[in-house]
Amino acid sequence: MRKLSVIVCLAFALIISGCSNIEPWVKPYERDRLADPIMSFNRDPVSSSYLHHVYQAREAARGAEGGQGGGCGCN
Amino acid sequence: MLKVARVAAVVVTRYSKRLFILGILLLNNLCHAAILPEDRADALYHSYEGGGVEITGPSILVRKQIGDSFSVGGNYYVDSVTSASIDVVTTASPYTEERTENSISLDYLRDKVTMSMAYANSEENDFHARSLHLSVSQEVFGGMTTVSLGYSRGWDEVGKRGDAAFSKDVDRHHYRLGLSQVLTKDLIMEVAAETITDEGFLNNPYRRVRYLTSATTFDYQDEVYPNTRTSNAVAVRGKYYLPYRAALHGEYRWFNDTWGITAQNVEIGYTHPFKDKWTFDFKVRAYQQNEADFYSDLFPFQSAQNFLARDKELSSFSSITIGAGVSYEFANGGWGFIDKGSINFSIDHIEFEYDNFRNVLAGGTPGAEPLYTLEADVVQFFISLWY
Repeated sequence: MRKLSVIVCLAFALIISGCSNIEPWVKPYERDRLADPIMSFNRDPVSSSYLHHVYQAREAARGAEGGQGGGCGCN
Repeated sequence: MLKVARVAAVVVTRYSKRLFILGILLLNNLCHAAILPEDRADALYHSYEGGGVEITGPSILVRKQIGDSFSVGGNYYVDSVTSASIDVVTTASPYTEERTENSISLDYLRDKVTMSMAYANSEENDFHARSLHLSVSQEVFGGMTTVSLGYSRGWDEVGKRGDAAFSKDVDRHHYRLGLSQVLTKDLIMEVAAETITDEGFLNNPYRRVRYLTSATTFDYQDEVYPNTRTSNAVAVRGKYYLPYRAALHGEYRWFNDTWGITAQNVEIGYTHPFKDKWTFDFKVRAYQQNEADFYSDLFPFQSAQNFLARDKELSSFSSITIGAGVSYEFANGGWGFIDKGSINFSIDHIEFEYDNFRNVLAGGTPGAEPLYTLEADVVQFFISLWY
C-alpha cells in the first residue's frame, strides 16, 4: 500500500511538472469552427432542458445531464 | 381505496423539476464560461403523448444582460397533464392536473470566472418544490479548459389529494463537477459528474404494489421506499466539426445509486446546416437500466419485505429514441430591436421495453401476463429571438 502511494505521488508530481511546460495547442484564432453555433453542446437551452425533463420523468438515472462543461474559449 | 392515483413517475418527475429548471437556468451558463448568456427569448410549446398520458404546455425563457458583468434570466413552465396511464387505470381513475414552475437566475462574470445562482419554485395541488442553485466556473489554460463546480439544495413538500393531514418533507443536495477541454480545432470534449443525495419521503403516496393472494388472484398495497437515496452519474460528451460545415456529437453516461440501480445511455447525433438559414438535426439515443433492489412486479405475499416498489421507472427496461429537428433563421440582418430570430420544430419517438413490468390489463395468470411496452412521441415547436 505504501509502495502504491509513493508511485501515485511520483506520477502526480510528474504530471504537474509536465503540465507547466504545455502550451495551449489550439490558438484562439484557430477556434472559429468551435465557435460555430452547431458546435454548442446546448444550442437551444429551452429545448434541451425540456427533453432532459422528459427522460428524467421516465428513467431512474439522474444527474450529469449536460452543459456542465465549458466553452471553447472562443471569446 | 384511493380515489385518485398518479401517473407513473410522479416521484421521479417531481424530483426532476429542479433538475429541469437547473438545466435551463444554470448549466447552460456553464456551457459558455467566461461569457455571459446571450440576450435571448424563447417561447416553446411542448407535447408528450404515449401510454395513455398526454402532457402539453408552454415554456418561456428570457435572458437579458445588465451592464458588462451581469445577466438575469427567468423561466415560466407549465405541464398540463391528462393521464390514463397503466398505473392509473389499474388502481384508480384517470385524472387531469397542472403544475407550474417559475425560476429566476443571476450570472456574474468577472474576468474568466462566471458565478451563477438560481432559485426555482414548482407548484401543483399536492406537491411544492423549492430549490437554490449555486455554481462557479473558470476558464484556464488559454481558454482551452473550463472547470466548473456546482451545488444545489432542494426542499420538497409532498401532499396527498383527499388527505389534508398528509404532509411529508424531502431534502435534496446536488454536487456537480464539470470539465470541458478543447482537444483540436475541430473537437471539444466534456466530462460531467454529479452526486445527489435525497432524504425524506421518497415514494409516491398514490403508488401501489401487487402481491399474490392465491395462485390465480392478487391484490394491492401501498409502496414503501427507503427514506434515503444517493446516486452518482458520470457523463462524457464530444462534439466534432466535420470537414464540411456539419457536426457530429456523441455521449455516454453511466449511473448508479444506493437502491441498486445501474443505468447507461448512449447518444449519437448529426447537425447539418443548409443554405445559411436552415439547420437539420438527427439523433439516436439508447438507454438501459436494471431494477431497484426492492422492485418486483408481483410480490409473493402481502408485506413480503421491508421496502416495496412496483414503479416501472424502477424496473429493468430499455428504450430507444429517434429524433429529428429543423430550424429556420429569419431576420438575420436585424429587424427593429431584434438581431435575428429562428423558428424550430422537432419530434422524438421513444420506444420503451420493460423486462419485468407486466401488463395487468391484458389479463391472464398473475405473473404470466405479457410484458408492458410503451411508445411515445415528443413534439416541440418554439420561436427564438435574439436582441
